[in-house]
Amino acid sequence: MLTKRSLDQCIKISLRIFLIPSIICTLFTVVFLVKESLPFFKDVSISDFLLGYNWQPLIEPRSFGVLPLVSGTMHIVLISIIFALPVGILSSIYLSEIASKKIRKYLKPSLELLAGVPSVVFGYFALITLTPIIRIFFPQIEAFNSLSAALVVGVMILPMITSLCDDSLQSLPKSIKEAAYALGCTQFECIFFVQLPAVFKQMSASVLLAISRAIGETMAVTLAAGATPSLHFDPLKSIQTMTAFIVQVCLGDAQNGTVEYHSCFAVALLLFLITFFFNGLGKLILKRAKNHDY
Amino acid sequence: MTTREIYNLLFIFLTKACSYFCLFILIFLISSTLIKAWPELSFEFLNSYPSRFANKAGIKAALVGSFYLICLTSIIALPVGILSALCLEEYIPKKSFTKKILELNISNLASMPSIVYGLIGLALFARFLNFGTSLISGALTLSLLILPIIIVSTQAALKTVPKAISLAGYAMGAHKYQIVFGLKLPYALTGILTGVILSISRAIGESAPLIIVGAVGYVSFLPDNLFDSYTVLPVQIFNWAGRPSADFHNRAAAAIIILLLVLLSFNIFAIYLRQKSIRNTKS
Amino acid sequence: MNIKRTYNKKVFLALCLGLLNFSCSKNNNSPQALVKTDGSSTVFPITEAIAEEYMKKNSGAKITIGISGTGGGFKKFCAGKTYVNNASRPIKSKEIKLCASNNIEYLKIPVAYDGITVVINPKNTWATKISTKQLKLLWKSDSKISKWNDLDPSWPDRKIKLYGPGPDSGTFDYFTKAINGKSGLSRSHYSHSEDDNMLVHGVSNDVDALGYFGYAYYVNNKEKVKAAAISHEGSPYIDATEINILKNNYKPLSRPIYIYVNKTELSQNLELKNFISFYLNNVSSLVKQVGYVTLNKKTYEEQLTNLELIKPTQVR
Repeated sequence: MLTKRSLDQCIKISLRIFLIPSIICTLFTVVFLVKESLPFFKDVSISDFLLGYNWQPLIEPRSFGVLPLVSGTMHIVLISIIFALPVGILSSIYLSEIASKKIRKYLKPSLELLAGVPSVVFGYFALITLTPIIRIFFPQIEAFNSLSAALVVGVMILPMITSLCDDSLQSLPKSIKEAAYALGCTQFECIFFVQLPAVFKQMSASVLLAISRAIGETMAVTLAAGATPSLHFDPLKSIQTMTAFIVQVCLGDAQNGTVEYHSCFAVALLLFLITFFFNGLGKLILKRAKNHDY
Repeated sequence: MTTREIYNLLFIFLTKACSYFCLFILIFLISSTLIKAWPELSFEFLNSYPSRFANKAGIKAALVGSFYLICLTSIIALPVGILSALCLEEYIPKKSFTKKILELNISNLASMPSIVYGLIGLALFARFLNFGTSLISGALTLSLLILPIIIVSTQAALKTVPKAISLAGYAMGAHKYQIVFGLKLPYALTGILTGVILSISRAIGESAPLIIVGAVGYVSFLPDNLFDSYTVLPVQIFNWAGRPSADFHNRAAAAIIILLLVLLSFNIFAIYLRQKSIRNTKS
Repeated sequence: MNIKRTYNKKVFLALCLGLLNFSCSKNNNSPQALVKTDGSSTVFPITEAIAEEYMKKNSGAKITIGISGTGGGFKKFCAGKTYVNNASRPIKSKEIKLCASNNIEYLKIPVAYDGITVVINPKNTWATKISTKQLKLLWKSDSKISKWNDLDPSWPDRKIKLYGPGPDSGTFDYFTKAINGKSGLSRSHYSHSEDDNMLVHGVSNDVDALGYFGYAYYVNNKEKVKAAAISHEGSPYIDATEINILKNNYKPLSRPIYIYVNKTELSQNLELKNFISFYLNNVSSLVKQVGYVTLNKKTYEEQLTNLELIKPTQVR
């Protein structure tokens, strides 16, 4: 007889089944990435891979130093952070401290709409609209370059930084602000010297999360940044990021078993570890910041 | 005016400038695309298949493919996501080691780059389970992608339910499942819906994992069953944007406008729901 | 509230049934046969044009075309995953072995002539005539050439930006064989993509760019890129034009391009057979539109006869 209590027990047990997909997903990801990268590391030593500066997996003579791809990714991340960080923090300050409630009510959702735009749209924008505009100022810019791609990636991570910083500023107790004003600070001084240091941990966490997002960005860089893996620091030239390389290999569908095919997974594993690291660090800092009571 | 006051005014002006600059970027993005797209938008554009002639190329296959894919993805991901969040929040003891590990697991999945999901989908669904480059592999891959988002937002929504409600239920003699499904879930429904809508709008815009799992660029038919080939709107945009002819760029712009319209309506609906749930909790 | 709940339940149930129906409907009873093609981006425009015209006449037909490159396409073709491979070079011995090991028999059908075009930016006024010797210096695997004046002292002292197909491309294989002597030997530092459209975009936006791809991509983008005239072993500089390609004057870069079709699939898949015979009947008129050079009419007729010889076995 199905009593309410036995139904309760049933539900308790059966609900746990739904947790399985997420566990399988993580396990499979880790196992799969490692398993497919192992044949690669049999042929190429880890130090050659991590420290080599020549990435040429498809054309003879092959070489598998991943630094050009990592440098390409870092190009994008650096330029996008340099653009997005100040703009994001200043916008969040405006939203939470300076704007009136009415303006905030309409401005905040509009900025969140920016977060909803898919990355392929930004890639299109970088390739077709932004590069010609930049060409007016820098005529030597190449058709595929890291500057336009990085700028749009910056626009993509902007809403993330803005909303995280806004949330952290909102969570500060009012007493801090009031104490600063009581001592005669201007608004600028209160924000810059009192509030910002107080939320410094959350802000660094938001930067780390934004970095991990920028590292994983695929479509915008595939469309706009190009396909030349090289170790240089010129944003007007074309580069290749780790993610764009993975797309290139998969579109070409290199044969199972060859070193090129497995190089794709070695790069994916590296990408996974890097984003995992930045993300983990960000979440850890956020947690520590929550535990500090004001 | 003292230096301090000048600095103050400059700072306030700077913050205003930054925020409105962000707004300007959004408006510039949409309007520059709209200018290119406007002459291309027509019913014929929505109803034609891709073609080698830019003026005949349309998004019928992509629109229908996106629609089918999203339906499938929602059917797979929503129950799993919402029920696992329920389990995590209600049925696993708080502060236990299991809960910490599971939550860590989910937050990692949420931050994984979408292309890694594509590789997983390729290995697991397309190759290992042999579904090939079909609708069902794409749907399963996208479900994995949005699963963590749904779980996190459902958990957050459940956390906002005041304890008084469940205590009242226990006081009336209800069992746990009645409280969770009959009281807490309906209360948190708007919050859960917001999360669901945001995750679906994320899924609509995804292209990288689908390109890897096999959404083909040239598809001139509508998928008939789960195992058919398909294409989706973001992948079609990617294909057209890559062509050098300006006509195809304009078609891509038109497809972008359609995509943005769909996403915008989803996002606005989500924002409206969020305002509504804030009003509910306040009352 | 109760009425709303029952209404919602009914809607939900209806949706479920609808989707169940959709998922099971044509899967078990006679699915429409799929014509899966993949391979060269050079041949892609021809197959695309044929597919489009075919589908206008056969609205239920389902054709998909990928661009994994000739090499990438052969890997799928020889694994039985695709039925037609668009190839801008003949099948290699490694690939023949792979097909044999998977029991894949194929028909090799030439469909057009192509002339690999070396393109430069329209604003490039100096490198309009290039010799194959210079091309070899530029593209060989240990090439030290980085500036225009390394090739010819009268050319500017600026870096050359190179664009070309990747190693999965038949065009890459053919070009490296014709210019460097061995297929697959090439310098590695250049912008490579299997997607020729990306190459056009690169060359058209960079004054110092030089690239190579199939003739159709040049013809269809004449306002964006300029073709260089090629001199081979002392011959005068020959322009890339249809007549030169047809008469085999444009050496060594003119070549036939093919489709390879799975024989077993042809005998079982009626849709595929219809598609290939439509292909052969219509390709000569469409090839010109796409931008390549047609073969002799006789060749197409011979291929059609070969096709008819394939008897249908188990019709799907």
